[in-house]
Amino acid sequence: MTQDLIDTATYTELCDAMGADFVAELVNTFLEDAPNMIAALKLGASNGDVDAYRRAAHSIKSNAEVFGAAPLAKQAREMELTGLPVANPPIPTLEAIYADTVRCLRALRDA
Amino acid sequence: MRDMPGRLLIVDDNKVNRLLMSRSVEQLGHTAAVAENGRIAMEMLRARSYDILLLDIEMPEMDGFEVLEALKVDPKLRDLPVIVTSSVEGLDNIVRCIELGADDYIPKPVNKVLLNARVSASLERKRLYDEQKKLLDRFATVEVAQHLSEGGFTIGGQRLDATILFCDIRDFTSMSEAMTPEATIDLINTFYTLMFDAVSSQGGIVSLMVGDGLMALFGAPRPIENSAQCALAAAQDMLLMTAALNEERVIVGEAELRIGFGIATGEVVAGYTGTDDRATYTCIGKTVNLAARLEAHTKIVDRSVLFDEATFAGLTDQSSCTSMPEVRFKGFSDAMRVFAL
Repeated sequence: MTQDLIDTATYTELCDAMGADFVAELVNTFLEDAPNMIAALKLGASNGDVDAYRRAAHSIKSNAEVFGAAPLAKQAREMELTGLPVANPPIPTLEAIYADTVRCLRALRDA
Repeated sequence: MRDMPGRLLIVDDNKVNRLLMSRSVEQLGHTAAVAENGRIAMEMLRARSYDILLLDIEMPEMDGFEVLEALKVDPKLRDLPVIVTSSVEGLDNIVRCIELGADDYIPKPVNKVLLNARVSASLERKRLYDEQKKLLDRFATVEVAQHLSEGGFTIGGQRLDATILFCDIRDFTSMSEAMTPEATIDLINTFYTLMFDAVSSQGGIVSLMVGDGLMALFGAPRPIENSAQCALAAAQDMLLMTAALNEERVIVGEAELRIGFGIATGEVVAGYTGTDDRATYTCIGKTVNLAARLEAHTKIVDRSVLFDEATFAGLTDQSSCTSMPEVRFKGFSDAMRVFAL
């Protein structure tokens, strides 16, 4: 599953370039900060704030790309490009991918 | 290319990105400061100097586009190299960054090798630019340097009202015959130091230095309030400083320095004259000729300061002025009223 959710080549490259300890710190920061980004996404959706919604999706995409979390990045990018839909923004889909990605990231961090 | 460390400001609203960028920059041997959005970045940029700005685009409060726009209109910040680091979607957004003045664009996630190359190139450009700026400040006045950096360089001029001051050292040739070359240069440099100080403290600029004389402009390239009064005050300051210098010279048995001033006020053509390769900011026109003639006339009537009627009319205190006999100067059809201090 890790292979699907995190591109290990990207993750390994990141560790080689920045050092494994630093990347562990980076993962922790992402795990702390991502719930705020998802909350911002939800708030943007409920307030009809298209800019806040797009910005939150953009941030999630940007961070997911750092770790090689391709499916999460893909979903966030789609939401960034599509913008806030009139009904049913695909936030649950993103949250599901995010939850799986978190498990993989933790496993890689602790490996 | 020199690998001198630079001071970089990283602007990104995202924690992970800020951490990653700072670490990358520090690993490359530079120092990094961070700002969470454009507004904070602008405050930091105005408070201290940075060599490069690494700028994200999507940010709350003030985004990257707004930062680029704000930098563009700030004379102190518009030359700061900006590298946009963003995962913003759409080629049009990247084009917009470049059009707004960004030097470079690196897509996120930022590749460290690419970052190193871009940062080194930008630092080198900035160093060259800073060196050029220093040279410009040395060989042009602050006002002319500012005028150039704001408006760019074009040969050509504009008509404006200004006061022109000419001055030179009396009998310098015969004085210098009895002096060593070192002492001659030393005296000239002392004279210029005092004169530059007197001119700039009254809002003028020294436009030409020729041997033992110079030409100063008051009211060009920037207008000043009462250019006539400022020019006369500069001449008075200079006379006082020369008197103090002469006291020292007499004590060590050296000849006294005597200086003549010619001042005229009126319309001039001001601008850069010369060629595209070599030019100087100066003023030309009748007013300039008149000031030069007045300065030459000081020797004939044995006065230190002579000025024209327009300068006289601009003085706030005319009590210390004396009206002199009218003079018909070479190149001028009418006889002119001349005043002495």
